[in-house]
Amino acid sequence: MNKTVNQRAWWFVLPVVLLVAFNAVIPLMTVVNYSVQESFGSNMFFWSGVRWFEEVLRSERFHASLLRQLAFTAAILAIEVPLGLAIALAMPRRGPWVSVCLVLMALPLLIPWNVVGAMWNIMALPTIGLLSETLHALGFDYNYTREPGAAWFTVILMDVWHWTSLVVLLCYAGLVSIPDAYYQAAKIDGARPWAVFRYIQLPKLRYVLTIAILLRFMDSFMIYTEVVVLTGGGPGTATTFLSIDLVKTALGQFDLGPAAAMSLVYFLIILLMSWLFYTLMMRNQSR
Amino acid sequence: MRARYWVPTLYIVFLLLPIYWLLNMSFKTTNEILGGFSLWPHEFTLENYRVIFTDATWYNGYIASIQYVALNTVLSVAAALPAAYAFSRYRFLGDKHLFFWLLTNRMAPPAVFALPFYQLYSAVGLFDTPFAVALAHTLFNIPLAVWILEGFMSGVPKELDETAYVDGYSFWGFFIRIFIPTIAAGIGVACFFCFMFSWVELLLAKTLTAVDAKPIAALMTKTASTSGYQLGLLAAAGSLTLIPGAVVIYFVRNYIAKGFALGRV
Repeated sequence: MNKTVNQRAWWFVLPVVLLVAFNAVIPLMTVVNYSVQESFGSNMFFWSGVRWFEEVLRSERFHASLLRQLAFTAAILAIEVPLGLAIALAMPRRGPWVSVCLVLMALPLLIPWNVVGAMWNIMALPTIGLLSETLHALGFDYNYTREPGAAWFTVILMDVWHWTSLVVLLCYAGLVSIPDAYYQAAKIDGARPWAVFRYIQLPKLRYVLTIAILLRFMDSFMIYTEVVVLTGGGPGTATTFLSIDLVKTALGQFDLGPAAAMSLVYFLIILLMSWLFYTLMMRNQSR
Repeated sequence: MRARYWVPTLYIVFLLLPIYWLLNMSFKTTNEILGGFSLWPHEFTLENYRVIFTDATWYNGYIASIQYVALNTVLSVAAALPAAYAFSRYRFLGDKHLFFWLLTNRMAPPAVFALPFYQLYSAVGLFDTPFAVALAHTLFNIPLAVWILEGFMSGVPKELDETAYVDGYSFWGFFIRIFIPTIAAGIGVACFFCFMFSWVELLLAKTLTAVDAKPIAALMTKTASTSGYQLGLLAAAGSLTLIPGAVVIYFVRNYIAKGFALGRV
């Protein structure tokens, strides 16, 4: 759409800018403030320059959490995106079952995050959980509070349960928007299912898939509540992802300087990655 | 039924299993839960639900949650409407940067903002009120609402605006009487998303409340830690938090698919 230049449009965006600035700029400045100061007690602050940043960037604890976070996010994307796409492709396109499918699939997305954690806690508890008892019956030695492997398995399974539907719904929205004429043309040409997928469905899904990857990347990178309720970041630090580590440092140990520096590094990583996705997405859209 | 339908069917069964298990626990007595594994409640009881509906600390949690979620939805969508219109219709100085800046707030991890928010809202005297949580949640809901609404608005041809002005409508007359009804579906979807993300977010909601405005889901963690391990009660409270979500999905079921693509498909 060709837009007209109108500087008075700023008045329309003013309420949004004010609200978001109040919520984003002031707290962000607080964080920046802490990140360059040393605090003694509650009200004494001294300039400490970039010391906290150096400390965070060199700290093995931060490297370990970052690595765990990257591994988790990579695993989530590798499982949820193909799985969600496959489910969306297999779903009926019309008829009464469509609504039923959509409503049931959207259900996990609307459950408060600590309830999600609590649900999987109940599923995985020894002797009374459905998941743990099924795995024991199958002969696995499953104990998510003791073994890092089992904890990772549970956390990933929980996230797949919680968020795959988002990918499904996005892909499904993309699929139903493809006109029937495309499929008819493919049929006349005698295209095989793979060719239909590769040359008709996939190109049409590129935009929604980018949104799906972007949202799943951001949200899995910020995961906190569900994992804290389920494993508390344990056993040991096996599932201590970045947000959990950050809250432990800031609110648990009250190390404001290092926590603030870590916040900024963390935020910058997300921002950089999201910017990359966003530019890619906008380029696709304009094509 | 076609063969490939087993894929979504299996997936839905997988989705429903933990939900069934939660409901199952909520209808059991504490003795039965601690007694061992059972696939369905043998001594069916509504006691857990009775406790929640008669104890003020519990049901106030629901009221508090609903209050801030509703406030946040109204606030986010009302502020986002004119902004989304500006982004979809006009070019102005810094529009693209502003749009991206708004989106970056959707990317901010709540863990980064927890402590500064606590200090900010204590300083302005809103701590432990529904307003604090509602305002804090606009941080990620406004960008999202602007993004969704902008998508829907860009789908409406500009000729609609021009015809209305020719017919003698003032800007606000056009906006309220013609434009808003035209994008009603988009507004519904935006409300749905604001509701959803405000309802499920807990780190900020928990940090910004102490007693009066404590959300229901945060009360659950307290129960688990203080008064022993009352799994049945926990499960009942959890089951009740599923209801608002289910009701809201039912209302927007025909728009969910489009809404998830942020109105751009």
